[in-house]
Amino acid sequence: MKNFLITLIIILIPIKSFGLIEVDITRGNLNPLPIAVSPLSIDEESRKNFENILKKKNIGSEISSIVENNLKVSGLFNPLNKDAFLQEPDIANLKPRFEDWNLIKAQALITGKVSYVEEKLRVEFRLWDVLAGKEMMALAFTTVPNNWRRVGHIITDKVYERLTGEKGYFDTRIIYVAEEGPKTQRVKKLAIMDQDGANNKFLTLGNELVLTPRFNPTSQMVTYLSYFRNLPRVYLLDIETGTQEVVGDFPGMTFAPRFSPDGKKIIMSFAKDGNSEIYTMDLENRIVEKITNHPSIDTSPSYSPDGKFISFNSDRSGYQQIYVMKSDGSNVKRISFGKGIYGTPVWSPRGDLIAFTKLHKGKFYIGVMRTDGSGERLLTENFYQEAPSWSPNGRVLIFYRETKTDSKGKGFSAKLWSIDLTGYNERQVPTPTDGSDPSWSSLLSN
Amino acid sequence: MKLSKILKNGFLIVVACLALSACATSKKTTGQMQGDVYTGTDTVEYLASGVPDRVFFATNESVLTTASRETLRKQAAWLRKNSKITIVLEGHADERGTREYNLALGERRANAAKDYLMTYGISSDRISVLSYGKERPVDSGSNPLAWSKNRRSVTVKAN
Repeated sequence: MKNFLITLIIILIPIKSFGLIEVDITRGNLNPLPIAVSPLSIDEESRKNFENILKKKNIGSEISSIVENNLKVSGLFNPLNKDAFLQEPDIANLKPRFEDWNLIKAQALITGKVSYVEEKLRVEFRLWDVLAGKEMMALAFTTVPNNWRRVGHIITDKVYERLTGEKGYFDTRIIYVAEEGPKTQRVKKLAIMDQDGANNKFLTLGNELVLTPRFNPTSQMVTYLSYFRNLPRVYLLDIETGTQEVVGDFPGMTFAPRFSPDGKKIIMSFAKDGNSEIYTMDLENRIVEKITNHPSIDTSPSYSPDGKFISFNSDRSGYQQIYVMKSDGSNVKRISFGKGIYGTPVWSPRGDLIAFTKLHKGKFYIGVMRTDGSGERLLTENFYQEAPSWSPNGRVLIFYRETKTDSKGKGFSAKLWSIDLTGYNERQVPTPTDGSDPSWSSLLSN
Repeated sequence: MKLSKILKNGFLIVVACLALSACATSKKTTGQMQGDVYTGTDTVEYLASGVPDRVFFATNESVLTTASRETLRKQAAWLRKNSKITIVLEGHADERGTREYNLALGERRANAAKDYLMTYGISSDRISVLSYGKERPVDSGSNPLAWSKNRRSVTVKAN
């Protein structure tokens, strides 16, 4: 984990800003903010050093491309074409000619510089308000060269936060299930990648079926379901060390695991004699507690961010519906009352909403509702999609979608997709193979 | 606990039968399905001559149909004759449900079959249950017939 650490030094705090540009993220943004990302400038000696170490011809441009791509995918920004830029990157970083940037309709400008300092990568960057002709932010940080992609993500997070007033979600990772092979014999592996699809790594070999991985709050541990030795059980995996262990000693299938918000407990379902109940296990003292007690299927539990409540789905009413209870299992209340069946409730990191999957008249929806069930809003409709997971700032949901096969049973695929809470900006998230069951990490750098 | 479960199952069967006869005209047998329960033999394999290996379920249900009970009685008779054989009941769901709920549903279906076999004298020591949820369909189609084949509990020889 050491080499992930990035020293962040604020070199200049922006002068009190008034009337500067802002991006409103609470509504669907149909007019993304035009922004110019000037390639980070680099001196020839640093360029050569990084080319040797990282095999990238110009690491400054590479980092800028990451920022540009992040901003574009967010749906809130429109990065302008570099061919139209009039000012050289190194000069722009010293003092932008605002009239030139204004001419190409840029409202915001990012400039910066990369250098090689004592075997490390040092980056400084500035965010400028073109119309007001003012610097909005300037930051510098130093890290090991291999972290260059994260540098691009951190710059994006800082720019996003400065312009929207909310934390970003770019320096994050996704854990998911990579899938291959025919639909009747899918081979599934745990995989982890950066939020933008880069640095994909498989964590299991595919010898046994694995499902539903979820991060702990620090994103260093994962809990998931594995069919190791044909015994479906909840496991715990340390991503850094690769150590795995079974969670608890249950005489039957355990599944649907998630961490408690403090990371100390795992909440999951345990199925026995045809009945699934929700249990927790404390990871320190191994104490197991039974939370639900009902002869129906109770599963897909998820804690509220303050740990005081649990949402889950149950078919105790006859069909799958969403319920909320206190974390000790008392005060069970049904909250979904719309037409159709409801599942996979997941509490938003802000605590005010629950994202869910809904099936109605043969269509699957990803939606959100308030924690008392009011204000239901469906974000996307498709043949099959489920299992939303929140970005750490609670603005974006990632989920998976499966295609309908043709009359010969061909054409099956499973892909990761994301959509803004506003219902806009629906996008496929790139993965090297098919993918499902995504879980979004917390922000890796704060 | 066991008894109440069996009684509950039995009760549900009665209700299902009543429902079936009450709306006999609407529960059409269309080719290989009755209602939405698969009645064909396409995917069925045999544990022994005349002993089918699987039973099928209606959407979201774990209630055993008349045909399923007949199949399970044949399995029970075969198991009584071959007392050294142990089995795994593999419960499955179709693709039209969330993954986690389907894992629970597969487990409930396999247990419905297990409970019935036990009422015909097969000891629970010889039966283990394994749910695959929607992970192992037999038919990769995205249509009601394919889904009906996939909603199943399959009896697999374990030794």
